[in-house]
Amino acid sequence: MAAVCDACRSMNLRVGIDTVAVAAVREALAAHGDRYLERVYTAREIADCAGAEGPDPERLAARFAAKEAALKALRAGDGGVPWSAVEVRREPGGHTEMALSGPAAALAERAGISGLAVSLTHEAGLASAVVVAAVLEESARRTDTGSNAPESL
Amino acid sequence: MTDHIRRILADHARLNVDPGGLAESDDLYQSGMTSHASVQVMLALEDEFDVEFPDAMLTRSVFESIASMAAAIAQLVGSEVAA
Repeated sequence: MAAVCDACRSMNLRVGIDTVAVAAVREALAAHGDRYLERVYTAREIADCAGAEGPDPERLAARFAAKEAALKALRAGDGGVPWSAVEVRREPGGHTEMALSGPAAALAERAGISGLAVSLTHEAGLASAVVVAAVLEESARRTDTGSNAPESL
Repeated sequence: MTDHIRRILADHARLNVDPGGLAESDDLYQSGMTSHASVQVMLALEDEFDVEFPDAMLTRSVFESIASMAAAIAQLVGSEVAA
């Protein structure tokens, strides 16, 4: 039987996934320009997506997919979380990290989410993202049951 | 107002049905509207009705039907008139 470490045993995972058509992002840029960018993406994301001819629709589409995937992992439901509250950051070396703010950060805190991991891809006109959230077991139990059980049982 | 919303849906929502044939309460997500398309619909509604959707109204339920969008716009227009 495989051994399970204590840290793994005390953690639940949530996953979210989403796909966006790059053409839809290109269309939104053409129709709404900077208003689209400013309502959906953070300044850092816009900078990360800069290309020779303006923001790269493929990179933007991947980030939108990541935002939606994160909202699924957070189980945001009908909570009124602005897209800019979920940020994808390209780090030195090329990998991406997620940062939450405002209502998204509050959701994560209430759910006991200790971290998010994200992976992006784009191919053949589609961009996709997968987000995995690590949830501490006690927090997951409280979220699932809605109870006010004490931390230690 | 609903005629304007139907036109915006035709232009931006990428539905798999003709918006002209939808009932006001029909679920637009069931008709193929994606989350990203709802952003484009929101921005077009803001242009059309000279309003701005606050963060609290950026919910799936606000954009799920013609009726729900009409109610949201009426609320926004009313709040601007009241201010």
